[in-house]
Amino acid sequence: MAGRAVGKRKKLRIGWFTFTCCEGCATVFVELMNDHFKEWREQIDFRHCRILKSKNDMRGMDLAIVEGAIASKDDVDKLKTIRRNAKRVMIVGSCAINGMPAALRNNFDAKKMKEIQPILRKFGHLPKVEPVVKFIKVDSQVPGCPMSDKMFLAELGGYLAEFGVKSAPGE
Amino acid sequence: MHNTSDIHIEDLSKIEGHTNLDIGIKGDKVTSVKLRISENKRFYTQAIRGLTIDEIPSLVSRICGTCSISHMTCAIEALETALGVEPSEQTLVLRNLSMNGTILRDHAMHLYLFCLPDIIGTDSVLDFGPKDMRIVERGLAVKKAANNLATLVAGRAVHAIYPKLGGFTQAPEEAKANRLVKEMKYVRDNVFDALDLFLGSDYELECSARDVAMVNDDFNFVKGSIMTSDGQAIQDDEFQDHLHRVVLPYSQATGFEFQGKEYKVGALPRINLNEKSLHKDTRKDAAKHLKPFPSKNIYHNNLAQAIEMLHCIDNSIELLESSDFKDESPLMPKGKSGAGVGVIEAPRGTLYYELIVKDSRIHDGTLVIPTAQNQVNMERDIRKLVEEDLSRGTDRHTMEHDIEKLIRAYDPCMSCASHFLKVRWKQEQ
Repeated sequence: MAGRAVGKRKKLRIGWFTFTCCEGCATVFVELMNDHFKEWREQIDFRHCRILKSKNDMRGMDLAIVEGAIASKDDVDKLKTIRRNAKRVMIVGSCAINGMPAALRNNFDAKKMKEIQPILRKFGHLPKVEPVVKFIKVDSQVPGCPMSDKMFLAELGGYLAEFGVKSAPGE
Repeated sequence: MHNTSDIHIEDLSKIEGHTNLDIGIKGDKVTSVKLRISENKRFYTQAIRGLTIDEIPSLVSRICGTCSISHMTCAIEALETALGVEPSEQTLVLRNLSMNGTILRDHAMHLYLFCLPDIIGTDSVLDFGPKDMRIVERGLAVKKAANNLATLVAGRAVHAIYPKLGGFTQAPEEAKANRLVKEMKYVRDNVFDALDLFLGSDYELECSARDVAMVNDDFNFVKGSIMTSDGQAIQDDEFQDHLHRVVLPYSQATGFEFQGKEYKVGALPRINLNEKSLHKDTRKDAAKHLKPFPSKNIYHNNLAQAIEMLHCIDNSIELLESSDFKDESPLMPKGKSGAGVGVIEAPRGTLYYELIVKDSRIHDGTLVIPTAQNQVNMERDIRKLVEEDLSRGTDRHTMEHDIEKLIRAYDPCMSCASHFLKVRWKQEQ
């Protein structure tokens, strides 16, 4: 719901979304909370963050953060819905950026492909595991496996400034 | 008469990974419980075949972000057994320390961020008031110390850099190790918040499934014998004779049974079976928290995790204070071919790797992970809980929350559960 518990200052409305991956970038995010939880509680409205809450809503996000590669038809639909609901989309980690290592199966030989074929069919997997940019426009990316924590903080700081939640670095 | 009102919970929150739950209900009886792990498989079982042994540890680390060091360590152990490498004393100490860091970090994430809202009665730590927020902040300080421990010993807490087949490429610096001892001593007291809260929790569900866990004399997570609560010992290389795969057609994961019956792994079985080996300071200072054990109450898994957090701190302090780390090069394997089993205790329970190596490449591999071992039992406990709730006339909303709490008590890891399964569709019939 709009304006819920935002207090006196405006907060950056973010969502964190996980596709096909090891959730190592989410783990780095959770580790960054060790030092930043207090300030993020003041600056960020976690609209959608499955690892922290059960009542999630992706409408009206300023920033969607996406980890993981896109491996199934359901993934593609959800990704497009996220894009429609977010002013900015930032992708984090190697799987989201170039598909690997989640896309290991793209390089399987015929024998391995035959083994996994029934699962691919049964659960609606795509013929190949794809990076996020194959399906939607993204605004920025944080590389690394897992994502670089320093670059993530710098990017997040940029968005907090862009949306007027805090002043830009150096101001 | 047939009051059928099924329950569906989509994308359970505050757990690691994605899963859905379908429960079929007829009257006050549960007709089916299906925990459908919805993570897309990444087919690691197939992917590792043909790769060189040097590529394996850092690749299997990518199976799971939060327990990456467990997968790495277990794969290394399997390769060393296969190829005749006897790791040095120092390597074993570093493995113990890196696993202490992993378990402490992972338990802290689970207890303070995922489970605490159930105890406090909110949806999220984000909704906490100042008093409860203080507990989270003190918990995050513990998590930070754990992260620093894993970083010191293994290079990084997620997808570590130093652990290799045969040893570690770098030894901890003395000054940093000393600083970490201070940090561990400083945050130790914080763990008692969690210990007291989970001891005081009145959630109860009796789970009679057999316990299976590693037993040893210092409660380390890397070396020991696999024991069961009915007194059986399992040799490492015989685990496949006891654990049987159960295909769950509705899930992107499979389950396991032990000699044809459900069983459980994790912190609760570890404390139940090996409580006497906990660090002496843990046993002394958490004496009242240890009283309920051995316990059949599945919610005591969270109390057991809090006890393990204290043990990881006490054990790490002792190991760091008593070690004088030297630079060592990882040992080279003697052979190029062989088969080996690695068994360790990961945060969520016993992890098995069997790797068959031919000419320094992986010929075949079998991985058995904790959440898959707990799945059959977890479904059975959900059934029991729902039937108890139905007989009491519990409303639907409360029931769904009860189910989520139960699943969180097990601390399942869906990333792990879904990513490296043998494809055996024939058994589906």
